[in-house]
Amino acid sequence: MSDALLSVTDLRLGFMAGKRALPAVDGISFAISPGETFALLGESGCGKSATAQGIMRLLPAAGRMLGGRVVMDGQELLGLSEADMRAWRGGRMAMIFQEPATSLNPVLTVGRQIGEVLERHRGLTGAAATERMVELLRLVGIADPERRLTEYPFQLSGGMKQRVMIAIALAGEPELLIADEPTTALDVTVQAQILDLLAKIQVDRGMGMLLITHDLGVVARMAHRIGVMYAGELVEVASRQAFFTAPRHPYTQALFEALPDISRRGLRLNTIPGQVPALAAMPAGCRFADRCPQVMAICREQSPPWREVAGGHAVRCHWQGEAAANGRTGNAVTELDIDPGRAFLEVADLKVHFPIRKGLLQRTVGHVRAVDGVSLAIAASRTLALVGESGCGKTTVGKALLQLIQPSAGSVRLGGNELVGLKGRRLRSARRHMQMVFQDPFASLNPRLRVGEIIAEGMAALGIDTESASHAAAIAALLKQVGLPDEAAGRYPHEFSGGQRQRIAIARALAVQPELLICDEPTSALDVSVQAQILNLLKKLQAELGVAYLFITHNFAVVEYLAHDVAVMYLGRIVERGRAEEILRSPKHPYTQALLSAVPVPRLDHPTAIIRLPGETPSPANPPAGCHFHPRCPMAMDICRQAYPGVTELSPTHRVNCHLAG
Amino acid sequence: MSGFQVVVLWSDVLVWLLVAAGLGVGVLIAKSPPLLAAWRRVGANRVGMASATVLLAFIAVGLLDSLHYRLQLDGKPGQPAVYAIEVLSVLDALAAPLRTRNEKTYSAPFATRLYAKETIDLPGQGTVRDYPRLKYGGQHLGEREDEVAADAGFTAFKAGVLAFVGWLGVFGVVAAVNRKKRPNLKLRDAAFAWDAVLLTLLAMLLAVVPLFWLAGQYHVFGTDKVGQDVLYQILKSVRTGLIIGLVTTLVMLPMAVLLGIVAGYFRGWVDDLIQYLYTVLNSIPGVLLIAAAVLMMQVVIDSHPQWFSTAAERADLRLLALCFILGITSWTGLCRLLRGETLKLRELEYIQAAQAFGVSSWRIILRHILPNLMHIVIIALVMDFSGLVLAEAVLSYVGIGVDPTMTSFGTMINNARMELGREPAVWWSLAAAFSAMFVLVLAANLFADAVRDAFDPRAA
Repeated sequence: MSDALLSVTDLRLGFMAGKRALPAVDGISFAISPGETFALLGESGCGKSATAQGIMRLLPAAGRMLGGRVVMDGQELLGLSEADMRAWRGGRMAMIFQEPATSLNPVLTVGRQIGEVLERHRGLTGAAATERMVELLRLVGIADPERRLTEYPFQLSGGMKQRVMIAIALAGEPELLIADEPTTALDVTVQAQILDLLAKIQVDRGMGMLLITHDLGVVARMAHRIGVMYAGELVEVASRQAFFTAPRHPYTQALFEALPDISRRGLRLNTIPGQVPALAAMPAGCRFADRCPQVMAICREQSPPWREVAGGHAVRCHWQGEAAANGRTGNAVTELDIDPGRAFLEVADLKVHFPIRKGLLQRTVGHVRAVDGVSLAIAASRTLALVGESGCGKTTVGKALLQLIQPSAGSVRLGGNELVGLKGRRLRSARRHMQMVFQDPFASLNPRLRVGEIIAEGMAALGIDTESASHAAAIAALLKQVGLPDEAAGRYPHEFSGGQRQRIAIARALAVQPELLICDEPTSALDVSVQAQILNLLKKLQAELGVAYLFITHNFAVVEYLAHDVAVMYLGRIVERGRAEEILRSPKHPYTQALLSAVPVPRLDHPTAIIRLPGETPSPANPPAGCHFHPRCPMAMDICRQAYPGVTELSPTHRVNCHLAG
Repeated sequence: MSGFQVVVLWSDVLVWLLVAAGLGVGVLIAKSPPLLAAWRRVGANRVGMASATVLLAFIAVGLLDSLHYRLQLDGKPGQPAVYAIEVLSVLDALAAPLRTRNEKTYSAPFATRLYAKETIDLPGQGTVRDYPRLKYGGQHLGEREDEVAADAGFTAFKAGVLAFVGWLGVFGVVAAVNRKKRPNLKLRDAAFAWDAVLLTLLAMLLAVVPLFWLAGQYHVFGTDKVGQDVLYQILKSVRTGLIIGLVTTLVMLPMAVLLGIVAGYFRGWVDDLIQYLYTVLNSIPGVLLIAAAVLMMQVVIDSHPQWFSTAAERADLRLLALCFILGITSWTGLCRLLRGETLKLRELEYIQAAQAFGVSSWRIILRHILPNLMHIVIIALVMDFSGLVLAEAVLSYVGIGVDPTMTSFGTMINNARMELGREPAVWWSLAAAFSAMFVLVLAANLFADAVRDAFDPRAA
């Protein structure tokens, strides 16, 4: 392409391991035109970020350029000296990183950090620079920019930090913006704001954008063209239209099918067996061959060449077929008339307040109302999803149920027995009935213990099966139940992948035969294909063991797929709860409606208009008066500013706290 | 030379316990893959392995010096055996020529005469003032005193050749063993940094073998005020340095680990108490505290002479007291570090999972927290070692260190201090002590760096 802004040809780069360079990106080529968004899509470890770092020439110390060309505006970048390259970075091309919390320097004011770029690339200093900074901050939608310039990053919220990061990237007036998972660390409502902002800026300035993401929903909203990466190679390049209507590569198809969705309720999700091959052990032929449902003999022998299936739609696959016959119809089973049975866990008016202490004598000057009067009920074999944005207190609810955090008030009754206030042995025996699966499978397993010891810990602590022979048998049975081989018991957690670790964590929790499993975002750290495996496993276990789940999440796709009941939380309180179908089909609370509409959907046709929420969740230490949601609510009325709304029962199961409904 | 009586000093017990503990830890490490992998990374580090080789040589000297005995004196048969008052070590026996061949006073390295003029009575010629001939240094040369350089050079060359031949032997064995395990692997590419170890060994052999060969004929580092060979003093100082470095950490480790973890895990008033404790301890000048403690200890020792059957036992007790005092004052740094790390660990999800099972706090500390802190402990241990060796030198220099009868780098420097002002200066005692300590501490520091790199979780 002659009119390309950036063209990458046969880029190869690797990481040094000892004296060998292991190729992480192996010969990828693409081009980005001005005003175009090219999305690189792939699971973790596919070399997406390495590609971006390679283009910016910001590879980590172990990274090595192994070959290829990166040409921007007629200039070969890989041959430039480091001093010349600095004029390009930030000036002609800029980058936005994933984690806004760590990409700003905490000891410099926002103004200093933007000014640095202005001075280096635009030669602006003094009043001219300040004027430009204010302009930039206004451009990225920050209110009161003059004041924000003198503030430090810790005074800004996560979404605001990402806006500042975008302002810094724009300060050099780049022609190419590289956004590396720009919204992965943000909440859905904030993510929607940032994505809108990026799209608007791109159109206004005619920038080229390289968007790196794993989220098909983000791709659907943002990208013009999409490149799918797998194990360091591009396997499919297509326009947005072709990508979502007729994906050709089996990997792309599998990614779509692994997505949880309301239409797949009750069905097993398609999973991709196995995992991305390690850098050191790349197969000789097609790299996807081992996990491919359409694998043929030739796939294992030679790497497939590029094949043009339509204008601008190319795929690297030997298989000539189109989409696998998808004979599955949407599952329209309505579950409204199924009786959930009697609740065995009842939570009433649960409160967790953390004191704020100040001064020499550590006097309590206020409380962070992390959880402020939450009532829930869960019946056996049911899944209750607790949904909310970060900081709304949903994890605290989970921990307070387990009495890992002492509740300040309220009651947690398990099968009729009160748990709050229990101590010592009686608490321990009560804990047998509920267990927790944590979010991060890398932090939730002790790296110094073998898998067998990890699983046995709960049994030993709760005094189940102290005999060693039956112990070993029990561990083997548990491993089998979660789909791991027997010999896993003798190995250490670091030998397993993220999905396998999450299976181990589930096995550990199941070891004490709990009736309730509290799953705290168990799939948010996992790739889509692995997430599907875990969701399938959870469903299977529920069917086999009749265990109930309290599923804490911010991912609506998972809720739609898995949950029977949904409770939506905002600022420490539940604002709406009911059957999944009630909530998802006819949400009544404006917050629920906004949340649902902000979720990026991996389809071309987005049904409803997106409700934009301004601002971000306020601090639970100082919640707004009246309805907590009124400052952000598009439908706020006078009464909302004065009184917190009471419960309105819309149906025997569906209740909402909103003045609108009342 | 009929028999001997084994003498077990308290410090010997501790030294050998440390060796046993080291072996035990080694076995544990071999069973734990993450730790083994980290130590493999240490093994692959060339600088680390080179310094480890040097350290091992020092440790070997120290261990030889930690096997003590008393010789039986010649007595009449039938009477109960009487043992010499002097406590010797295996090292003393091996270095007997160095120990026994004392001159009258100072003599320079490779000198054949004393450093001070004396009045000598020559039969029939009255008295002359001249530098008297040494009793032992260069004695074999007889009248040919001006041939020292040639003689020493030739001897060193002979010894060097011998050392090289010996090294070739070692090299052959290592290469053969490696060849057997991995036929096609070059030594250079092996996972363990054999090349660094062998090169260091070569350098050490080329330096040490000629040195000791020459030491039989000359005082290679000169002699001190009372005519003792400086090389011998350096050998004896090694043990003192090692004990100070190792036993002190043994004293401080349990305190630092226990208090640090407890403070970090339980928080609340326990944390406050421990924090106040180490903040207070930290704000008292360390030297002052040590000086006061050592002087009190000295009074106790002096007023109970009946406790000690030999001077060596007395000196030994004072050494241990010093270790103890240093340990009491130096645990705060590691404790603070471990508290911080525990604060981080206790929020991790596997700890919460264990709490959710109702695992008791002490069990969580033992099973989940302590093993995940071990890398910090190991790094701190190795890094503290060199600091403590230096601290001993400073304290002995100030006069509150080890017993004056015990040789240490600090006492050597202290004794040499006054003589620097002399014209011409007596420089060799100081220079020798300085170089030996420099090599020991440098090796320990480089090794600590290698250990830190290997155990640093960010690098792994």
